Amino acid sequence: MSKKETTYSVNQEVIEEKEYSTLNLGPTHPATHGIFQNVLKMDGEIIHDAVPTIGYIHRAFEKLAERRPYAQITPITDRLNYCSSPINNMGWYMTVEKLLKAEIPKRAQYHRVIIMELSRIADHIICNSVIGVDTGAMTGFLYIFQWREKIYEIFEEICGARLTTNIGRIGGFDKEWSKKAWDLIDTFLKEFPKGLTEFSNLLERNKIFMDRTVNCGPISAERALAYSFVGPNLRAAGVDYDVRVMNPYSSYEDFTFTVPVGTQGDTYDRFMVRQHEMWQSLSIIEQAIKKMPAGAMHADLPDFFLPPKEQVYNNMEALIYHFKIVMGETDIPKGEVYHCVEGGNGELGFYLISDGGRTPFRLHFRRPCFIYYQAYPEMIKGIMLSDAILTMSSMNVIAGELDA
Amino acid sequence: MTAFIIYKAIMCVGIFVLLLASAAYATLWERKFAAFLQDRKGPSRAGWGGLLQPLADGVKMFMKEEIIPNVSNRALFILGPSLFMVTAVITSAVVPWAKPVIIGGQTYDLQITDINIGVIYLLGVASIGVYGIMIGGWSSNNKFALLGAVRASSQMISYEIPMGIALIALIISSGGSLSLKTIVEGQDAGLANIVWQPLGFLIFFICALAETNRAPFDLPECETELVGGYHTEYSSMKLGLYLFAEYINMFISSAVIATLYFGGYNFPFAHEIYAKLGLAEGSAMVSLIGFGVLLAKIFGFICLFMWIRWTLPRFRYDQLMNLGWKTLLPLSLFNLAATVVVEYFRGNIHF
Repeated sequence: MSKKETTYSVNQEVIEEKEYSTLNLGPTHPATHGIFQNVLKMDGEIIHDAVPTIGYIHRAFEKLAERRPYAQITPITDRLNYCSSPINNMGWYMTVEKLLKAEIPKRAQYHRVIIMELSRIADHIICNSVIGVDTGAMTGFLYIFQWREKIYEIFEEICGARLTTNIGRIGGFDKEWSKKAWDLIDTFLKEFPKGLTEFSNLLERNKIFMDRTVNCGPISAERALAYSFVGPNLRAAGVDYDVRVMNPYSSYEDFTFTVPVGTQGDTYDRFMVRQHEMWQSLSIIEQAIKKMPAGAMHADLPDFFLPPKEQVYNNMEALIYHFKIVMGETDIPKGEVYHCVEGGNGELGFYLISDGGRTPFRLHFRRPCFIYYQAYPEMIKGIMLSDAILTMSSMNVIAGELDA
Repeated sequence: MTAFIIYKAIMCVGIFVLLLASAAYATLWERKFAAFLQDRKGPSRAGWGGLLQPLADGVKMFMKEEIIPNVSNRALFILGPSLFMVTAVITSAVVPWAKPVIIGGQTYDLQITDINIGVIYLLGVASIGVYGIMIGGWSSNNKFALLGAVRASSQMISYEIPMGIALIALIISSGGSLSLKTIVEGQDAGLANIVWQPLGFLIFFICALAETNRAPFDLPECETELVGGYHTEYSSMKLGLYLFAEYINMFISSAVIATLYFGGYNFPFAHEIYAKLGLAEGSAMVSLIGFGVLLAKIFGFICLFMWIRWTLPRFRYDQLMNLGWKTLLPLSLFNLAATVVVEYFRGNIHF
């Protein structure tokens, strides 16, 4: 941390003589919320330069996916952005369905919308409350986490898992949701607005919080687009791009909702965009429940849908299907598809090439966090260490999605 | 002479025990209070309702492995927490805890010592407290710790200035004495100093928050940026001393605020109530009630400290400096000027 004695003049040579200190922010640092490293060149508390290092939890998901039958890739997608696994699951199913050219019944699509919006709320709860924690307001975090817990209880009731959900099937859902699940959703819809309002009251107009976040780590719309930002971070910069509106999937065109946009693309805008999106998600869920059509819960895809147990035990064909599905011995047609969904963090894309057979030829995940993280060094150059940490948490860079 | 030494020894030991016990239970209360604010239960396993939790924490701290980094400066590394703890404890020497007791015609002050520069002593000891943090942070040879230490020292030095100016205003309006005992007794006869020094109290309170490194001024140890701040490299009871001293600091700050601005052990209509209860002034019972009142005030301020900590986000380093130098310093100067004008018209000062 030693600094050479220099005269502060505009003479470039003198400035270059200045000695900076190197600070390793991460890989295990409480603020990184995951494992990634930033080698910072510090001038006191000001960041002069940053070199990000990634790959600490690289798990070769894309390669793994090449050896796995399609249904067994779902658990891999869980582990991308683990804060909103159901969105990843649904996105993957829709990609495969696009390849299979399957027709999904409206009822299953509406159920998917409910699941996806619930997990979007869970994702935004984490991001926004962690912004609070990084500014030092622990209470809001613990307070609103109760509702994330309620969302996880809903997931648990529907599919048995909480974090890495693996929810649903290719083609829809395995069964109707239980009454308890619907009751839990109803209670959540009733109680959550109160909690969210209290959370907003705690932070949104708080003088210290605003001082900390306004103009903290901003990115202009041009730069954001140049980096191909998507999702809340792009909307915070003022571009109203939302995959749900621009390229509707899973019947999103049936619902009315607004896309909140910011103006400056700073931490406060990102925070506010996410806050408003939570309200919009709530309204989408309410609309979906109100408009819920009757019909089947899954598409007519016998290759991906386990036959009922009685038939498996008593019927030869059903047993064969059961075996084939469990072993993943299903031939998928040749083709090349790209499908994207609006994930908790932005456009989550799946680029899938199949050359027939039981496994994909190549699968590429378009992970929004990976893209955000590339812009991170540019965004934190010249700002203070505290702001750099806030910028990171407000972009919601999830290590699982970053490294895949 | 022997009686004097015994009386002082009892006072020292008594106040030391009081400090340790109250700081230990302040940690428990902090956790319970935070839990209450956050819809949780807080520690509830050790003892009845978690009452033995501080003991368990202490035992845990002592049993932990002690790690002193090889690259650290060993002597200073050990000196840091010790100095911090010592300065935290010796601040209590000038606080008058209760009304003097008269036993056998002899008056016993319930105060370790009444020095005539008590207020300056407080400021001086608080300034030495910075060294505990600075030495600790610097000697650990860790960049995060160093950043924390730098933040701590600049913060504490900056906030001592408005604090000192607020105290000057207080001293002017309370009669010109620097002795805490005289200040408290002045509030017994007249009104509490808060009446004449509302702005001064506010400035002093904010500075006290900063001096004790409590939120929203807890930058030196903010866990999300600096891992542990100045105590990143500390383990075992050395870490315990730092954490513990923070609570002692908080307790004493509350005591000082209560003493300087809220009448210390005095309370409204004290003499009427004592007369009604038939208690003679100078009896042990009167002192005990006064002590209870002071403790209640301290408890109130500790709760306020905690309430603030668990509600507000923390400042950024430059914002903290701006607040200190650009807001609090002018405000305290204004307060000083206003105090002089008011006191002139009240007839307390003459030119």
